[in-house]
Amino acid sequence: MLELVISTVTQGLIFALLSYGVYITYKILDFPDLTVDGSFPLGAAVTAVMLVNGYNPFFTLVVAAVVGALAGFCTGFIHVKLNVRDLLAGIITMTALFSINLQIAGSNLAVGRNVDTIFTNPLVNGLLGNMPLLYRKLIVSLFLALIVKLILDFYFKTKNGLLLRAVGDNDALVTTLAKDKGWVKILGLVIANSLVALAGAVVCHEQRSFAATMGTGQIVFGLATVIIGTTLFRKMSFVKGTTAVLIGSIVYKICIQIAISLGLPPNLLKLITAVLFLAILVIGNMEKGMVRKGA
Amino acid sequence: MLELKDICKVYNPGSVNEMCLFDKFNLTVDQGSFVSIVGSNGSGKTSMLNIICGSIPIDSGEVRISGKNMNGKKDFERYRTIGRVYQNPSMGTCPHMTILENMSLADNKGKSFGLSHGINGKRIAFYQEQLAILGLGLENKLDVLVGALSGGQRQAVSLIMATMTPLDFLILDEHTAALDPKTAELIMELTGKIVKEKHLTTMMVTHNLRYAAEYGDRLIMMDKGRIVLDKAGAEKDATSVEDILHLFNTISIECGN
Repeated sequence: MLELVISTVTQGLIFALLSYGVYITYKILDFPDLTVDGSFPLGAAVTAVMLVNGYNPFFTLVVAAVVGALAGFCTGFIHVKLNVRDLLAGIITMTALFSINLQIAGSNLAVGRNVDTIFTNPLVNGLLGNMPLLYRKLIVSLFLALIVKLILDFYFKTKNGLLLRAVGDNDALVTTLAKDKGWVKILGLVIANSLVALAGAVVCHEQRSFAATMGTGQIVFGLATVIIGTTLFRKMSFVKGTTAVLIGSIVYKICIQIAISLGLPPNLLKLITAVLFLAILVIGNMEKGMVRKGA
Repeated sequence: MLELKDICKVYNPGSVNEMCLFDKFNLTVDQGSFVSIVGSNGSGKTSMLNIICGSIPIDSGEVRISGKNMNGKKDFERYRTIGRVYQNPSMGTCPHMTILENMSLADNKGKSFGLSHGINGKRIAFYQEQLAILGLGLENKLDVLVGALSGGQRQAVSLIMATMTPLDFLILDEHTAALDPKTAELIMELTGKIVKEKHLTTMMVTHNLRYAAEYGDRLIMMDKGRIVLDKAGAEKDATSVEDILHLFNTISIECGN
């Protein structure tokens, strides 16, 4: 039982990396970015190939983040410079990435048991002693989720971070501040998708595999966690957005695990996610409507 | 100084809706002058502002600001030395950011937005001093989200933000039109005060003929992309609201309105 709880929380922590990315596009930029379904497996594909070829496990994270950034750049470029609608720009990149991911990995790819990952390697083993793998996974994931959160919190307080928030809030203002709003949006997509690919990379380390279809529905998962997180802490304005989505991600994974434990067939998971997500959106809209009427 | 030289602008060229708005339009605004612009809807006032700011392209002609040719410069490049307050109070601020964050953004206009801390603690006193000019008590509400402010308060903040950095000129695009009469009066008084204090070259489009007559040192009336009235200095001072209204009505009758 305890093991199940720990592995579920670990999942929540790993996927929080993806949630941060979706938080940036959906909440800050107001951009429904479907690239996520492609950049998540992209990170995993790159990681799987590199691990199989004996690269340093930590180095794979850096490379995954960089290729994810490229994917975000593509979507941004298509949207901003080629004037394609936000949803379509994401769909185009996502579709292209499906083939690209298969090109990178060859096919679905498994990483052998003997290969070092970020959870099992001399450095982590040395630091954490002979702790069981389950706990090592928890601690490494917690470390990653927190360090990325702190970096983002710092970034949002910088001048550049303020500008990123401004472009989602009121892009006309960014123009009058003598900044090209298009490039600011592209930058946001770059950061978001590098985080999503990073999540894909960590998942690949954790599962020791890449599957071409592992991206399906990740955007809906991301949106759900962002909305759960921000709704939970709506009344507490002192809670940072990144903290909210981190908790949202863990809460979501726990809910799903409970549903599976109660006998929900895993094949129905995505259906349930979609229905839940719709329900959250509708409730959110109804609340917004009430506020508008009240105003 | 702003110069518009032989500006030509045709909307929807080649279609049945083709409409020639400007045909060799010329206007020069001197350094330090405050120009009020009136005219009916569709007379080209806002189009002219958008042409100056680069938001809409021109077919031919030249826009020069402080002697520099602006043709080919994108809108965001031109805004480096142009401040603009829009009709809609939400256009000039970020509603989900605090007053302090909004002020910090405006303060950094024209500089690089790098990875240094977004809010400069040393500047807070300056922001408070600027906000105090408004007399709305906003200097004590720096951590309040701008979205929680009323339209008038937001427009006042927009005005401060638009004029925070050194400008070649300030553009006011019907900036009191969405406000109730009392608030509009307040914003207009503040505008006069700020323009005077900072010696800003200003172009103000307004539908309020009284403001047009009272404020500024030059009055322009536009109709169908042409300037039909242009009075400056003493000549403008001698022009009353009634005179403007009379000309306005004459034009409107010609149009069949």
